[in-house]
Amino acid sequence: MTNLIRHRLFWPIAVLVVLLASNLVFSDNFFTITLQDGHLYGSLIDVLRRSAPLVLVALGMTLVIATGGIDLSVGSVMAISGALACLLIGDLSNPDSTTKVLLVVGAAIVLCLVFGLWNGFLVAVLGIQPIIATLILMVAGRGVAQLITGGQILNVHSSPYRVIGAGYFLSVPVSFLIAAAAVALTVALTRRTALGLLLESVGGSPTASRLAGIRARRITIMVYVFAAAFAGVAGLIYSSDVSSADSNAAGNLIELNAILAVVLGGTALTGGRFSIAGSVLGAVIITTLDITAVSVGVPVETTLLFKAVVVIILCLAQSATFRAKVFGRFAAKRTVTA
Amino acid sequence: MLKRLSIAVAGGLLLASTMAGCGGSDDAGSSGGGDDKITLGFSQVGAESGWRTANTKSIQESAASAGIDLKFSDAQGKQENQIKAIRSFITQRVDVIAFSPVVESGWGTVLKEAKDAGIPVILTDRAIDDPDTSLYKTFIGSDFVAEGKKAGDWLVKEYEGKTDPVNIVELQGTPGAAPANDRKAGFGDVIKADPKFKVVASQTGQFTRTDGKAVMETFLKSQPKIDVLYAHNDDMGLGAIEAIEAAGKKPGTDIKIITVDAVKDGMTALSEGKINFIVECSPLLGPQLMDLVKKVQDGQTIPQRVLTEETTFTPEQAKEVLADRKY
Repeated sequence: MTNLIRHRLFWPIAVLVVLLASNLVFSDNFFTITLQDGHLYGSLIDVLRRSAPLVLVALGMTLVIATGGIDLSVGSVMAISGALACLLIGDLSNPDSTTKVLLVVGAAIVLCLVFGLWNGFLVAVLGIQPIIATLILMVAGRGVAQLITGGQILNVHSSPYRVIGAGYFLSVPVSFLIAAAAVALTVALTRRTALGLLLESVGGSPTASRLAGIRARRITIMVYVFAAAFAGVAGLIYSSDVSSADSNAAGNLIELNAILAVVLGGTALTGGRFSIAGSVLGAVIITTLDITAVSVGVPVETTLLFKAVVVIILCLAQSATFRAKVFGRFAAKRTVTA
Repeated sequence: MLKRLSIAVAGGLLLASTMAGCGGSDDAGSSGGGDDKITLGFSQVGAESGWRTANTKSIQESAASAGIDLKFSDAQGKQENQIKAIRSFITQRVDVIAFSPVVESGWGTVLKEAKDAGIPVILTDRAIDDPDTSLYKTFIGSDFVAEGKKAGDWLVKEYEGKTDPVNIVELQGTPGAAPANDRKAGFGDVIKADPKFKVVASQTGQFTRTDGKAVMETFLKSQPKIDVLYAHNDDMGLGAIEAIEAAGKKPGTDIKIITVDAVKDGMTALSEGKINFIVECSPLLGPQLMDLVKKVQDGQTIPQRVLTEETTFTPEQAKEVLADRKY
C-alpha cells in the first residue's frame, strides 16, 4: 500500500479517478459510449478528443523542461500553424483534395520547425535564458499569426482538413490517434534509445554533459524543435476542429496549462528527471477538469476557483513534505494516546 | 562575450518592437489642427476580432468622407498605451478626442486633463465607470441589455401559445465583460415572466468558436433535453452548431439557436437556417460618430447617451442582406 502511494503517478491517477467519478454523480450517462453516425460518441470520447492538443503541447514541454529550459512560445506557434494552414487551404483551387491538404499541413509543420530552430538557436547558441528567448516568439508569434489572418477569423471548407480535428478513423477520433502516436514516438525515442538519458544529463548539468562528451547544444536545439513541431500539430487540430483559424484565441495561455500538466505529472522544472506518462496524465486531468466544471454546472464566476482548488489539492498531495507534516502529526498523536 | 552581445541584441529587438507599438501615436503628431478642418484623435482598443477590424474601418472611412482629419492610434489592448495616446492628442491640441476604453476604470486623471485643455471627449462602443459624467460629452455604442431583451422577445414570440416547458442553454461571453453580463441580464429579464422558459445550463464559451463547441458538446451530454441555445455572440454559436451536428441533431430545427453580433459567418449560417435569429451589434458606428464630432465642434448640445443604429435578422432577412455584408 505505501509503495503504491509513493508511486510518482499515484496522486494524479487518484485525482483523475475522483474527477471522473464525480461526473457520474451529476450525469448518469457520463460513462455511456454509443455509436453515433458510425463514430464513438460520449463524454469519455470527448475527454480523449479534447485532450489531444494539450497532450501534444505538454509532450514537447516535458522534453524542453527535462533539459532545464521552458518554452513559452508554444501557444503562438499553434496560432501560426493553424493560421497558415487555413490561409493556404483558402487559396487552393480544390480544398477537398487530400494530397493538397497534406502538402499544406506539411508546409505548416515545416514553418513550425523553423520557429523551433529559432528558439533552439537563441537558447543553445546565443545562450539567452530560455524564458526570455521563447518570450520573444510568444509575443512576436501572435503578431505573425494575426498578420497571416489579417486580424480576421479565417474560415475553410475542406473535408480532408476537417478530419484532423473533428474526424474519425475506424470510429476513433483522429485527433486522439495523432496524440497517441506522438506519445508512442516520444516514449520510443526517449526510453528505447539513449536519448532520454542524454536529455536528463543535459538537464542535470549542461557543462558536465559537454565535458562527458555529450553534444549538449545539439540536444537543446532538438528539444525546442520537437516542442514547436508538436505545438504546430496541436494548432492544426485546434483550427481543424472548428474549420477556422482564430489567431487571437488559438493556443492562448496554453503554455501555462502545458507547464501545469508537466508539473502535475511530477517533472521538476529544474530539469533532469522527466515523466512522459505523468505529463500526459496531467494534460488529461486539466481537460477533464474543464469538462467536469461544465458538466457539473459550476457557476461561471467560480469555475477558475474550482480548478484552482483541485490543482492545489493535487499539488499538496504530491508533496512529500506536506504529507509528512500533516499525516505525520496525526500518526504522532495516535501513538501518544495509545 | 557572445552571451552578453546576444542579450543586448534581444533587448534591442524588444525595445524596437515596443517603439513600433507606440509609433501610431507618435507620427500622428506631424500636423496639429491648424486649418479649418476638424481634427479628431481616436484611440482604438486594438484589432482583436473581426468586429473590431470592421469598427476601425468604419471610423477611418467615414472620417475621410466627412472631411475630418483623423489621428488614429491603436492601443493594442493596453490601457497605458491608450492614456499615452490621449495625452499626445491633448499636446497636439486636436479638436475632439474619441476612444473605446480598453477597461472601465482608471480614466479620471487623463480625462480631467482633456477637460482642462478644453477638448471634448466622446466614448465609443464601451463605457467607463467614472461617476463624473462631465468628463465626456457623450457615449455612443450598443445597448447590450437591449440586445439580450431582443433575443428574449423573439423567443417569447416563437413559443407563444405553447405550454410545454422550454429548456434553454446559454453560452456566455468572457466572464465579467460588459457585453456578457448585460446580454445575460437582458435575456433573463424578458424570459423570467413566463415560467415555461428554463435556463437549464449557462457556462462561458469565452466568445470563441472552440470554447463554444467544447461547452456545447458537454451540454449535449449532461442535459437530457435542450430546446434552445442562446449564445452571446455568433462565433460561439457557430462552434455550438458543429457540436450539435456531431451529436446527430439538426441545428435550427432540433435545437433553436439565437445569437448576437451578425458578423458575416453568423449571417451565412442564419441564411442556411442553422441559426434561427440574430440580434445585430453593429460595429459600423463611424458615420454616427462623425456626425456627433461635428455637432460637438459647433457647440450644439448632444445627448449623454447615443445608441448605435441596430436591427435584428431572421433567416429571410439574412438572405437579402448577406451579399453586401461588410464584416
